[in-house]
Amino acid sequence: MDARRAAELAARNAYGRLLAYLAIQSKDLTVAEDALGDAFLAALKTWTERGVPDNPEAWLLVAARHRLIDNARHTKVKTSVINTLKQFSVEGREDPAMEVVFPDERLKLLFICAHPAIAPEIRTPLMLQTVLGLNAAQIASAFLVAPTTMGQRLVRAKTKIRDAGIRFELPEASDLPTRLEAVLEAIYAAYSNGWENITGADPRQKGLTEEAIWLARLCVQLMPEAPETRGLLALMLHCEARRDARRTPEGAYVPLSEQDVTRWSKPLIKEAETELMQAATFKKLGRFQLEAAIQSAHAQRVFSGTVDWAALVLLYEGLIQLSPTLGALIGQAAAIAEVKGTAQGWALLELLPTEAVANYQPYWALKARLLKQLGRKSEAQVAYNHAIGLVEDPAIRQFLLRQSLDS
Amino acid sequence: MKYAILVYETETTFADRTSDQQEAYWGAYNAYSQALVEAGVMAGGAALHPPHTATAVQLLEGQRKVQDGPFADTKEQLGGFFIIDVPDLDTALDWAARCPAASSCGVEVRPLLPMND
Repeated sequence: MDARRAAELAARNAYGRLLAYLAIQSKDLTVAEDALGDAFLAALKTWTERGVPDNPEAWLLVAARHRLIDNARHTKVKTSVINTLKQFSVEGREDPAMEVVFPDERLKLLFICAHPAIAPEIRTPLMLQTVLGLNAAQIASAFLVAPTTMGQRLVRAKTKIRDAGIRFELPEASDLPTRLEAVLEAIYAAYSNGWENITGADPRQKGLTEEAIWLARLCVQLMPEAPETRGLLALMLHCEARRDARRTPEGAYVPLSEQDVTRWSKPLIKEAETELMQAATFKKLGRFQLEAAIQSAHAQRVFSGTVDWAALVLLYEGLIQLSPTLGALIGQAAAIAEVKGTAQGWALLELLPTEAVANYQPYWALKARLLKQLGRKSEAQVAYNHAIGLVEDPAIRQFLLRQSLDS
Repeated sequence: MKYAILVYETETTFADRTSDQQEAYWGAYNAYSQALVEAGVMAGGAALHPPHTATAVQLLEGQRKVQDGPFADTKEQLGGFFIIDVPDLDTALDWAARCPAASSCGVEVRPLLPMND
């Protein structure tokens, strides 16, 4: 294995672990990132000359730690931090080939990234950069902002973490449920970002959904007792299982109910079901478990050929009690329309406050469909026009256009 | 680390200081200060007179510009502040949440710049 490849592999597997450890030690993300970056540069040089060490991760840790101590001497860092680093230096000795066992601090890092004092919109990018080692340009392209802008936002967030003195520890038990919710929200944001932006065949967009699933798997591994982390993983796996079926080979949008189930990934569905069942054993229902259960109900079509809409109505009811988002309310109206008839679903839509749904495309799309089924053609046309005007994805625009003409 | 808990108040809460609500108002702040002292985190603070007592001063091209009223005329005005000494932001936020103003108008938490010595 050549040096560059070894460094890449070490980077992918160990970057987050190394950075988390160094960050917790130095209590400064920027300093830790710089030190680790320097260590990787040194690795490229030294490993090319002298070969790859037996334990590349330990080598990188030792090199980064040296850099941290150097930096600490040059800047005014608290003596306690330098002492901690030096102490570790003695424990770890100077033999880079030696097996260095260091704790996995990535969970702390995840909680720091999703701290309530950090603006919600930067939490996901912060996680992607620190835990996964994506660079600002990669993150910027996924979030459709300029790389320099994303870079500045990330720097600002890391400066705030340091200057405001955010705790580099796990949250207190009493705070854990809400804090965990923020971590899961941020991971889910990475997923839905990649999910909604699949318009083209842009591999970078797909990459982010994979990263999100990777982060959720990590959370399950680090917090096996938290049912909502498994719920989130199950939810994303269910969605991922249908990725290929969401478009025809020509790129046209296919709504869930018309997707060809032979194009769904059974292994992913099965993995999702296992996670959801595991989550259920803790008997602590949550938003993500319910959302995953809703997707699971749709997924049953691959096994039984039918969808249990009555079960979906109940699941949506539960979800709305926990988290009454517009998406959930629209989903419930659609399910009620299937079970109790179009008029009942329509009645539910009518109850939603006009200003909240004014620019919400799924609302107008469902409203148009139900109006069409009720035979109210001209009103359906108006609703379709609304939905078409609000849509971002050209494939869905085409789909809605076809639906509106086909009446 | 030292943090300032900046207490923001509206006209209504400023009025509470002297109205028939004053007992409840000052009682809450006394209890809060007491709790800070007993926890050993109190490092200072002050209550300020209402914004109508404020005078803004600026030096514009060498000329003093003195104006009646607070610097920024916003609905929420600084009513006072507490300085606390706690290990991290998370602990500071716990204390901030207990401040009486947190449940009415709001408080802002800012780390103090360390003094060079």
